Amino acid sequence: MNHRKTLEPMWWGLFSAGGVVAAFLIPIHIVLLGLAIPLGWLPGSAEIFQSWIVRLYLFVLISLPLYHWAHRFSFTMSDLGLRPIRKPLAILCYGSAIAGTVVTAWVLLRI
Amino acid sequence: MTRNRPDPSLLFHPRMPANWWLRKRTYFLFIVREFTSVFIAAYLIVFLVQLYQLGNGPGAYQAFMGKFASPGWLGFHAVALAFAIYHSLTWFYTTSIVIPLRIGAMVAPRYVFTLLNVAVWLAVSAAILAIYLIW
Amino acid sequence: MSERTVSLKVTRYRPGQDSTPTAQSYEVAYQDDWVVLDALNFIKDHVDGTLSFRWSCRMGVCGSCGMMVNGEPRLTCSAFLREFDSREIRIEPLAHFPVIRDLVIDMSGFLDKLKSVSPWIIRDTEKDPSEGEYLQSPKQLDAYHQFTACINCLLCYSACPIFGLETDFIGPAALALAHRYNEDSRDQGSAARWNAINDHNGAWQCTFVGECSVVCPKSVDPAAAIQRLKVDTAKQWVRSVLLPWGQK
Repeated sequence: MNHRKTLEPMWWGLFSAGGVVAAFLIPIHIVLLGLAIPLGWLPGSAEIFQSWIVRLYLFVLISLPLYHWAHRFSFTMSDLGLRPIRKPLAILCYGSAIAGTVVTAWVLLRI
Repeated sequence: MTRNRPDPSLLFHPRMPANWWLRKRTYFLFIVREFTSVFIAAYLIVFLVQLYQLGNGPGAYQAFMGKFASPGWLGFHAVALAFAIYHSLTWFYTTSIVIPLRIGAMVAPRYVFTLLNVAVWLAVSAAILAIYLIW
Repeated sequence: MSERTVSLKVTRYRPGQDSTPTAQSYEVAYQDDWVVLDALNFIKDHVDGTLSFRWSCRMGVCGSCGMMVNGEPRLTCSAFLREFDSREIRIEPLAHFPVIRDLVIDMSGFLDKLKSVSPWIIRDTEKDPSEGEYLQSPKQLDAYHQFTACINCLLCYSACPIFGLETDFIGPAALALAHRYNEDSRDQGSAARWNAINDHNGAWQCTFVGECSVVCPKSVDPAAAIQRLKVDTAKQWVRSVLLPWGQK
């Protein structure tokens, strides 16, 4: 079996993992931090972010769906007419996701 | 054995119209589904900025969070939530097509897989709320 | 009492004469038990013998008579005139394919793609006939049976907007058949199909629009086959990265 040197399986795998994380976990966080706390339904405490377990959870919560976006967005843009610039667009999207992962780690480390 | 192929110079090659995704309801909903990823990514950026402000000290964090009560930001989060929920529901539907749920020798109907995922989603969401409140 | 008629607005394309397809309308008497194919054959036999289209079994098993009926890919032998409320039915060649003439499309591209997935049982070692047949349990049969139903009618390719945008995409039927053979317990040839599947224009081009499975007249569910191929391929890829030794 000649395993061609394509990384597509990896990007698709990250897309899937990001999709699972986004599907199960993102809505409640939007409710919590974007609606419930600003509207005063729930107390806004910053204590919880001090915990390392929470920061690890947040790292996965934020970085994985970035790869979900990168994969989906580059394919969708290609389908909507940007097919000629598919390759540079893909590099831009996956690159942004990788950059986003680094930024996420840095932001979480400095809390 | 060579196959007879039509003369390529005489073929008519159709072109996809640029508005192909507006011509059929299923194509439009497909594009909406794909765009949920944009709203999720947008929310994640906002979340990251929020966490960045945390690192700038309690004053900066409180000032930043104060902004979220404005109609503009509430509107943003409401829209992001709507798209995030659409992502979740379409995700549970599409994964039900990929993963056959086997119970003994039988395969359960797809909606069973979807409903199970919805139940887990609601349970996990409740658990996160509980953890946040108890912390 | 005047006879009810239905108007068929049919695409005409004469190679070498027309630069682009045009539409020609034919009026036929409505019959409750007729399918679109009956109307087309009536036109060819009694009205206009120059109209060209493919058909064969007229009972939904050969896959020859696929066309766009009111914008939807259908087997015209299974599309009843009574399904259509309006007095005009649009008949066009299957979408996304080059047109040879009138309603006849060029399917040679598809045949190349089909060949590229080696759609036959591949074995490392053959059993001698005296050893008897290959046995398969009902469970083993279940693993691939629905994907054997493909009649190569190409309706799925016409429904797939991704194929419409990128005609090098290997497409739903070819991938469903690749999966059919990979899942067959008698087959040992998944390595031979790897390159065709694990290509940017293979399974990875699919974004799971899902329309292929909606239009399939034999309930093959190519969309499910493709996503399962992605899972299997991704798993194989991870294995090849984590355990690079021991590859065939």
